[in-house]
Amino acid sequence: MSRLSINGMKKGKTSNNLFSGGPQKLSGQKAAGGGLRSYNFTFGAVLTVIMLGLIVLGFFWVPYDTEAMQGSVKLNAPSLAHIFGTDQFGRDVFSRVLSGAGSTLVIAGGTILIGGGIGILTGAVTGYFGGWLDEGLMRINDVLAAFPSVLLALVIISIWGSGKYKVMLALGIAFIPSFARIVRGEFMRCREEDYVTSARLIGVSTPRILFVHILPNILPALLSSLTIGFNNAVIQEAGMSYLGIGVQPPDASLGRMLSESQTYLASGPWCAVFPGLFLVLLILGVGMLGEGILDRFGGGR
Amino acid sequence: MLKVENLSIHFEERGASQEVVRDVSFDIQDGEILGIVGESGSGKTMTALTIAGLLKNNAILDSGSIRLDGVNLLSLSEKEMRSIQGKDISMIFQEPMTALNPTMRIGKQVEEALILHTDLSKEERRKKVIKALEDVELTQPEKLCRKYPYELSGGMRQRVMIAAAIVCRPKLLIADEPTTALDVGTQESILKLLKKLNKKYNMGILFISHNLRVVNELCSRVLVMKDGRVLEEGQAVQIFEHPQTEYTKELIAAIPTRTKGSRFYELLKARASEEGFADSDVKAGEENA
Repeated sequence: MSRLSINGMKKGKTSNNLFSGGPQKLSGQKAAGGGLRSYNFTFGAVLTVIMLGLIVLGFFWVPYDTEAMQGSVKLNAPSLAHIFGTDQFGRDVFSRVLSGAGSTLVIAGGTILIGGGIGILTGAVTGYFGGWLDEGLMRINDVLAAFPSVLLALVIISIWGSGKYKVMLALGIAFIPSFARIVRGEFMRCREEDYVTSARLIGVSTPRILFVHILPNILPALLSSLTIGFNNAVIQEAGMSYLGIGVQPPDASLGRMLSESQTYLASGPWCAVFPGLFLVLLILGVGMLGEGILDRFGGGR
Repeated sequence: MLKVENLSIHFEERGASQEVVRDVSFDIQDGEILGIVGESGSGKTMTALTIAGLLKNNAILDSGSIRLDGVNLLSLSEKEMRSIQGKDISMIFQEPMTALNPTMRIGKQVEEALILHTDLSKEERRKKVIKALEDVELTQPEKLCRKYPYELSGGMRQRVMIAAAIVCRPKLLIADEPTTALDVGTQESILKLLKKLNKKYNMGILFISHNLRVVNELCSRVLVMKDGRVLEEGQAVQIFEHPQTEYTKELIAAIPTRTKGSRFYELLKARASEEGFADSDVKAGEENA
């Protein structure tokens, strides 16, 4: 197919356009989607804000020192003094959950910064230019994508050693392919659009076209894939810490708390329930927010 | 002002090659409106894209030159070309619905060329944007600047496109079927607008269309293209009244009119008799259908 036949390509595209439907489409969507769709966004946003708020609070203030062991309060059930109870060493579970979630947030955030950043860059360049650059970079991408991301992260960690920032780097690299693929597809879709041709025509430089003209148009797809990526990073970090290759003690970590509390499931279930619940709510909130973003701004894709 | 000489272009894809423009030459004087007519695939859009510097990688230039005020555009580097695009040459497209960026405000899109090609302050740029929007006869330009394309009708978007194209006062505006996607009423007003801008700013226009009627209305000179070649060139009046080639005659005959003896008139008559109307019910008129 000749890429030059600009006239011929326009017609089919209109329906893909995010905003082409205008007001009719928006109202139609509302009617068809019922309450659940907007509910996704609102509920997700509220839950995310609460969970992130708690985590950010944990950066500045926790009720107890996360590493202080108190022999007198071993495995105490939740009470006013220790609202999530205490663990087998008498440490406050609430404080540890907050601080563990803090490292989780830093790792997941760093992961999507690294994976998303490099992914967006490669995706944009390959999708927009195509040709041998696309072929070359995408084959490297395929190789990366061929490994399950946990496995790839495991390999990287076994080479570099474990630790908070190494986990972040390992997961970040493992997450590049999925972002690159999504962004590449979106850029391929957009590069043939007339507004891109118009921009080229008035002499806009290529980087500006990529990141000022096209990038905002792929935000719905990008944001929702970033939220999914964030959730995957949270889960994988927890999984790796659970296996003992993630965050190292004495730093608190939700995954490690889950694995340590296994032994005390009968005598102190709160040690396992609260970290788990915190993880679930964080993932649920961000996941619903991502869905909501797609529903609201993604034109039903 | 613009002089195209012996332009030949072919496509090459996976070993197969196809000629799309063959030995095309023409020129446009300052403030002149030149029309190019031809069917789909006649090379008219390719010629325009080449002038605008938008040749794709798989299109190969065989020969020719395109001179804008003596400067050969084809010999310029990409960067030099970028400084001409949008400033001396701009282009508007067929589909106003997709030619504006859905995520950018109108004001910003019109302003873009000014940011790239001038050193004006923000305030001066804003004034020029407002002026351009007024030039294309859009009301309440200040309010419009803050709107997004989806809030506008097709005709309004085409006007915004034109505003963005003329904001730097280009010497040449390339209009690639700018009215095809619009309804007839809006078509008329856009054509009038182009004519007005052409007079007001002495801006040359290269007008591409497959619609002879529209070309006749707007252009002073016409180029007829087929299969990448120029078949005929001349004053609009001359081409319409004394077409030299069979192809042009056919093109003219294909314009639906209700003048007695025209193909469209005969069709109408045949339909009428089929449906049982009397011949006298089909009125011959001067007006185009």
